[in-house]
Amino acid sequence: MMHGAEPGAVAAAAPASPVRGRGAAPQLLPHIYGWLLLLPAAVLLAAFTHYPAVSTFIDSLFSTPKGRRGAAFIGLDNYQAMLDDPVFWRALENNAIYAACVIPLSIALALTMAILVDRETAGRAFLRLSFFTPTVLPMIAVANIWLFFYSPGYGLLDQVLSLFGVAAPNWLGNGHTALGCLIAVAVWKDAGFFMIFYLAALQQLSPQLAEAAAIEGASRWYFFRRVTFPLLMPTTLFVLINAVINSFRLIDHIVVMTQGGPDNATALLLFYIYEVGFKFWDTAYAATLTVVLLSLLAAVALGQFVFFDRRIHYQ
Amino acid sequence: MNGPRPTAPTSAVLETAGAWLLALIWILPLAYALWAAVHPSQYSAHFVANAPLTVENFVKAWNASPFGRYFLNTFLLVSMILIAQLVLCTLAAYAFARFSFVGRDTAFVLVLLQLMIMPDVLIVENYRTMTALGLVDTIPAIGLPYMASAFGIFLLRQTFKSVPRELDEAARVEGAGPLQVLLKVYVPLAKPVYIAYGLVSISYHWNNFLWPLIVTNSVGTRPLTVGLQIFASSDQGIDWSVISAATLMTSAPLLIAFLLFQRQFVQSFMRAGIR
Repeated sequence: MMHGAEPGAVAAAAPASPVRGRGAAPQLLPHIYGWLLLLPAAVLLAAFTHYPAVSTFIDSLFSTPKGRRGAAFIGLDNYQAMLDDPVFWRALENNAIYAACVIPLSIALALTMAILVDRETAGRAFLRLSFFTPTVLPMIAVANIWLFFYSPGYGLLDQVLSLFGVAAPNWLGNGHTALGCLIAVAVWKDAGFFMIFYLAALQQLSPQLAEAAAIEGASRWYFFRRVTFPLLMPTTLFVLINAVINSFRLIDHIVVMTQGGPDNATALLLFYIYEVGFKFWDTAYAATLTVVLLSLLAAVALGQFVFFDRRIHYQ
Repeated sequence: MNGPRPTAPTSAVLETAGAWLLALIWILPLAYALWAAVHPSQYSAHFVANAPLTVENFVKAWNASPFGRYFLNTFLLVSMILIAQLVLCTLAAYAFARFSFVGRDTAFVLVLLQLMIMPDVLIVENYRTMTALGLVDTIPAIGLPYMASAFGIFLLRQTFKSVPRELDEAARVEGAGPLQVLLKVYVPLAKPVYIAYGLVSISYHWNNFLWPLIVTNSVGTRPLTVGLQIFASSDQGIDWSVISAATLMTSAPLLIAFLLFQRQFVQSFMRAGIR
């Protein structure tokens, strides 16, 4: 085959070749083309991802400029202030609880939904539609609907409960229930999205596996546990990473439903960053908090490469 | 058909019933919003079959807030981001897939970094950058951080890599330059991926809220999501029927598109996830 040859050798043997160019140019051209093609995207990525990631860290070592007084280097003072800040710890704890509930719940539900609609079922089209619809709706819009569900007295949830004679708490106004209410919204929103990926993976599994298991007389649960679930591992990893990122990234429903309240019971880390940065305008402290968030995300990325890659059963 | 053993009738019935129960719970919020939006407000939490229908709530919502302008802003924003993403990601993906240049692998890792560290969490620094650029409260400011998308670059790179080299070589022999090869060979073959990516991008940016909320502060730039939030939290009084109508209105284009092109939507999200 022609294209296996060294470009230089081709140029030397056939100097007239219009494709390969002249002299030293063929050595250089791919580099130039490559970088020229990459340049526009690289500039934007550098400006809005790499630069801010680095400058977040630098800003966290300075004080917030106030009025005519510029930012002064204060070393780790912001970090010290953060460690002494009870709201930071509250937000971190909330975020841990939130992630620990939303991630497994939404993934388990997604897998259940995918298995339910992968079979021939009465009304399968409707089932898929209703599971997936929350995904295409704006979080900000559905949060407004859920707000009414939870509203005390005449909200839907209270009306249903009053049918059974149960006195309902003020769902979003109570520090014990508010975070749970937001978790429910997040699970509801994400499960259908993750279902899609499981559904795609299920449809790629060979039907022979199921037939073989049927001949062996394996129960469905055994088949799921020993065959389906391990084969779905790459999908689970993909979904897991997305779920983890979402649990740190998406706070739209908090802005709409609770504003982090009552008494910071629903403040997640990014919401606290938003509050500090854009309500209190303490940008240096917001940068310090962002460093924590970036470290958490970096740890997730590292964990993905180091821990999971070798454990996944690739087909 | 899929189960290894034909299931017993009772458990199959139970499973179907469970699936339906779950689906009804899942559709309930939307169904409720629909109920509240098309009935007078005294019926918003009062479910009787003979409640009169009305479009009054939609009219009220539309008149109470400049939703027309918000629609236009969102439309401009989403199309601007999509066009920029398609161009930038195509070029970058082509570079990564078909050119070996100095520092390619390092550059690729730096691009992938954005999958983890998304613009959504860099709000403080990006706001500072927009201030320095004098772009605060403009539509490009909302879009700029998202235009070079690592996800798009990665997706298209995988697709371009799967294009047979022979097609590429053939076009080159005919005298096509690198850009012509890209346009004539690679882009047409990647059409399903473009559609998939486009749908994912549109729904993401139609729904995006936090960054637009931060970087805009006037009617002329606010997208629908921010407009809806300002409408719902203003002193309109808590009229759930009107808020429901506004909520449905803002989601309607996406929802209708989804209902019409359900299969494409679902397959697009699938395709975007698999690679």
